[in-house]
Amino acid sequence: MKPELEKLVTRARTLFDDLDLEAVRSWKNAMPDRKAIGHLPVWAPRELIWAAGMLPVSVLGGGDRLEIIRGDAYFQSYICHFPRSTVELALSGRLDALDGMLFPSICDVIRNLSGMWQMLFPDLYVRYLDLPQNFDLEVGGRFWRHELEALMRDLEALAGRPISEDDLRLSIAAFAANRHAVHRLYQARSREPWLFPADEMYIVLRAGCVLPPDEHTELVERYLELAPGEAERQRQDRSRIVVAGMFCEQPPLGLLLTLERAGCFIVDDDLFLALRWPEIEVEITDPPLDGLIEAFLRQGALSASVYQPDGKRGAWLVESVERNHAEGVIFCAPSFCDPALLEQPMLVAALDESSVPHTQFKYSEDTGQFAAIREQAGTFADSIRLWGEA
Amino acid sequence: MPDVAPSQKEQSMLLQKEMISGHYDALARAKDEGKKVVYTFVPGNLTELMRSFDILPNLPEINALQSGMRKLSGGYISEAEKHGHSEDVCTYVKCDIGMLKKGNIGPTGVKLPEPDLLLLSYTGCFTFMKWFELLRQEYDCPVAMLHIPYQGDGKVHDHYRGYVIEQLETEVIPKLEAVTGRAFDQDRLRASLALSAAAEDDLVYVLESARHRPSPIDAYFGGVYYIGPIFSAFRGTEEGAAYYRALRREIDQRVAAGQGPVTPEGELETERFRLVIEGPPNWTSFREFWKMFYDEGAVVVASTYTKVGGLYDRGFRHDPDNPLATLADYCMGCYTNLSLPARVDLVEQYVRDYAADGFLINSVKSCNSFSVGQLLMLRQLEDRTGLPGGFIESDLVDPRYFSAANIKNRIESYLQMIEQKRTAGPAA
Amino acid sequence: MDVCVGIDLGSTTTKAVILDSSQREIGRGITNSRSNYEVASSIAREQAFVQARFNLTHQALSEDSRLADLEERFLPVLERNFRIQHYLEQLQRLEAALLQAAVAPRHRDQRRNIEPVLETILAAMAGRAPALFGALAVRKSEFFRDLAAADYMQLAEEAADPKGVTFDTLSSLFDQAILPVENTGGSKALEALIDSALDTTLVALATRLSNDIELLRRAVETARAVRIDEVASVGTGYGRQRLPFPKEQIRSEILCHGLGAHTMFPDTRTVLDIGGQDTKAIQVDERGIVTSFQMNDRCAAGCGRYLGYIADEMNLGVHELGPLAQQSTFHVKINSTCTVFAGAELRERLSLGQRREDILAGLHRAIILRAMSLLARSGGISSEFTFTGGVARNPAAVDALQHLVNDNYGEQEINISPESIFTGALGAALFAHRTAREAA
Repeated sequence: MKPELEKLVTRARTLFDDLDLEAVRSWKNAMPDRKAIGHLPVWAPRELIWAAGMLPVSVLGGGDRLEIIRGDAYFQSYICHFPRSTVELALSGRLDALDGMLFPSICDVIRNLSGMWQMLFPDLYVRYLDLPQNFDLEVGGRFWRHELEALMRDLEALAGRPISEDDLRLSIAAFAANRHAVHRLYQARSREPWLFPADEMYIVLRAGCVLPPDEHTELVERYLELAPGEAERQRQDRSRIVVAGMFCEQPPLGLLLTLERAGCFIVDDDLFLALRWPEIEVEITDPPLDGLIEAFLRQGALSASVYQPDGKRGAWLVESVERNHAEGVIFCAPSFCDPALLEQPMLVAALDESSVPHTQFKYSEDTGQFAAIREQAGTFADSIRLWGEA
Repeated sequence: MPDVAPSQKEQSMLLQKEMISGHYDALARAKDEGKKVVYTFVPGNLTELMRSFDILPNLPEINALQSGMRKLSGGYISEAEKHGHSEDVCTYVKCDIGMLKKGNIGPTGVKLPEPDLLLLSYTGCFTFMKWFELLRQEYDCPVAMLHIPYQGDGKVHDHYRGYVIEQLETEVIPKLEAVTGRAFDQDRLRASLALSAAAEDDLVYVLESARHRPSPIDAYFGGVYYIGPIFSAFRGTEEGAAYYRALRREIDQRVAAGQGPVTPEGELETERFRLVIEGPPNWTSFREFWKMFYDEGAVVVASTYTKVGGLYDRGFRHDPDNPLATLADYCMGCYTNLSLPARVDLVEQYVRDYAADGFLINSVKSCNSFSVGQLLMLRQLEDRTGLPGGFIESDLVDPRYFSAANIKNRIESYLQMIEQKRTAGPAA
Repeated sequence: MDVCVGIDLGSTTTKAVILDSSQREIGRGITNSRSNYEVASSIAREQAFVQARFNLTHQALSEDSRLADLEERFLPVLERNFRIQHYLEQLQRLEAALLQAAVAPRHRDQRRNIEPVLETILAAMAGRAPALFGALAVRKSEFFRDLAAADYMQLAEEAADPKGVTFDTLSSLFDQAILPVENTGGSKALEALIDSALDTTLVALATRLSNDIELLRRAVETARAVRIDEVASVGTGYGRQRLPFPKEQIRSEILCHGLGAHTMFPDTRTVLDIGGQDTKAIQVDERGIVTSFQMNDRCAAGCGRYLGYIADEMNLGVHELGPLAQQSTFHVKINSTCTVFAGAELRERLSLGQRREDILAGLHRAIILRAMSLLARSGGISSEFTFTGGVARNPAAVDALQHLVNDNYGEQEINISPESIFTGALGAALFAHRTAREAA
């Protein structure tokens, strides 16, 4: 690997390994009175946090590197792994750099976790973010405006300064640029997946969870320039697949690696929705909040946590398969993930209707054994290849 | 709600049985009689509104729990799993889907009609949303989505109420009008809401009778019968109001006679333990589960499950003068829509108000809305009340998740611990 | 004398403890639980009564100053002789059962050949009995099944003839025969054996103790004549519902463990018990009264049985796992303690080149992590902390627990009694004592 890319990847890897949020701490320490606000998956209006001069931090659990000592005490065995490691991170002081925590309404686990946070950390700013499930601008839009305005008032109080319209415009523009860079990376990988190994791209994107938007945009753009320059990244023939179900509890890196080694190229996924939503352009309006509200309402149900009013659950997945010339879909959902697992039969139906092959398995963020997954993904990759040739 | 009634039947129970089977019969005849059928959920149900359009509600949750009590749920769940549903997810959903795949024969043996509309009143449970998205694939019918904001910070804010009212006006009512071809009749709604309020008064009176010693009712196992009509199709109806008047009279008689609760094993003669229970019951072994408490002389004096369809004992009444606002407040106030800290407050209050000896949590695998955070509730409640808490695990309707020996062991251990502490007196 | 009995029907072993009227333990017994709890309970109880009888004898001898110095030479011999005779008696029953099993039609062709082979093996086993219970003998187990199996299998291997009576035939006969032998017991016959052991002992020691023989005999007979009245009994443990006890004589094992641990270590506030089928975290007050408890959920992940599966998978004895794990030098993180997947996980890790001892150390830590979360659920760890149950005898589990306790609750000693397997039975006996006192 050329030194420049190696340096970039090492930096991303350090951020990925940084369970103590050292990067957030040093960002805060660089200037007096800086604050950081955490949020859980899948999405939060990071623009508002950044506009208040605070750093939005996407908290994605403890992965497979964290030993769970306290976190298990709060969760029965039939609840997913994500809240265990998140509570473990918090109780062990690893999230102390965060001055507040937002809990978006994506499932009952995260919903109730917001209440647990209120009880476990009574001095911390905790807010449940009820994302609208009514997408009418006059109805859901009005509700969402109230919610965002209340959140803004809270953030202003925390930051000790008002959020001006210019602050908000600048912030919206910074995140639009970041989404644009992330989008370009997804497109580039879809075109030439051998240039962007799945585990490497994962940590480059994941860096966006803790970095200020401009810094992350720069990192992604640089990565887009450097990755194709690696001589050994030659065109390869593997099965092109879309992975679905990983929007909240993160897969271990080993799982992504295993999929690739089993003969798959991941050409699209539902990771990092926090960095990718809304997929449509946020217009800089006057006042700027309007554009943000509208974009959220118009983005469509890309994740299981958003209601699909027209009954076309899975349309985005079929569309992604077509757009990315994928040959199949792997449902890769965390054990006990209600939204992902409940919607799987609907996605399967949508794929079957379009004759897209698919397979499925479950994981948890600390899965350590990939033999069965390798076997299954390998068989799937081979079979769609045969299918394609037939 | 369930109709496998205690052997020693009270008059009200016979009445309830008639009402419920009558409702299933009405559902079976609905299409012939030109009636419209709407599928909807218990928490946040808009029964008065539906009734004002002469719509018959059908409640998949109730069908699932009835299937559980009739030992049909295991087969239905396997059927749904055969169709690709994960073993990890809610068994109410799988029981419903399995029943549908096997011909949609309702719990009383008559075929259920297809829905004319799915009314997705999305209160306190994310699974509801997925459930009706799944049903939407089976039935080509419209869905009315009613997003009920969660009381994340323990409050109902004005803009929440406004949001729900606007959704009623722009989404729910227009779709009910379209399906029935009738105009919304506010006066009919008001009349129905007045009947609701009367029944609610009587229900609260019954639930609060558990403050007596001995308690004349079991507010969990018996409680699920008492909430049956008002949580399902009978809120806001004459029949419902009459049922609760009769029930109230019956309970008054038990109090006057100093009698304990009626159970399937007979009347509980000696009240040894007074408990508060958090969490839904198990339906597949409902009677066996109840007997474990009966055998030890334990009576449940208050429960949270009996509040999933409305927290009437905390003061809420349907208000005929503000029909849409009251429906909004009702939806937002259901137990499953409360924040975790508010749930802890409520259970603590119950422990004190009902002079309980302890509290027990039945944690069900299916229901994350209930279960996530219950272990923290346990610790908090132990700290606040100074009483020991018990914790048992089962499921709603999946018979594979009811381990009788394990549960009995925990219940016995728990009650013996209370007994031991009681006989030993307070520690030095 | 009046005694109280506590019986703990565990999923793996059944224990009995006898207390006298001043709550002093005078006898205990233990046996494997088998499929028949009633038999297990009566065998453990019988053993405990025999031991109580020996204790009374011991008392009688030590009270007489003329016999006090004889006691040391006499009693251990008496006990050994008793055990040898008991063993021989069981061997006789085993022989009968084996011969009966050999009658089965599938052995018809070989029957004539089988019988002499069995007789030879059993004779050799009987010959080994005195050595097996010798003064310095080390036995891997105290259960007849284990002791007999070890000798039988070895002798069968030697006696087997690939062309005639094969080892497989012999070993399957044993598997058939051992069950009825194990499942008989519970008669008063055992106490009668004491008399014949006494005769043997006195004969054997006659020359060395010539003058005191009569004195001894009388002292022993006095002790034998004491009536032991069981005034109360309490059953507990996994299989307690199946004991032939009325409901009021049954106590939850949680309460019994709490009280038992309190008796063994009076300053105990937190008890962790890891048994075969379940793990319990218990908080007790200064009187041994349980104030809070948590048990593992319906799955047996992280319990003793899990270690059993691992041992089977590795072809090791359960007691060998801990010492092996202690040789680990590299930290392996195991995330799943699922019993069902234990074998597959183990094989995959071994195939990846991970060392057996490192994997084992990781497994022990994983089990203890599960216990830590139960402890946290029950209210944490307060001093003193007592660890009981079969897994408390596993040094690697104890090491892992010690580390995690120190890291999370500060430096703290862990009480572990070598007798901890009897904690539940002791607690049950104390409850029985309480019942008796209340009734009086």
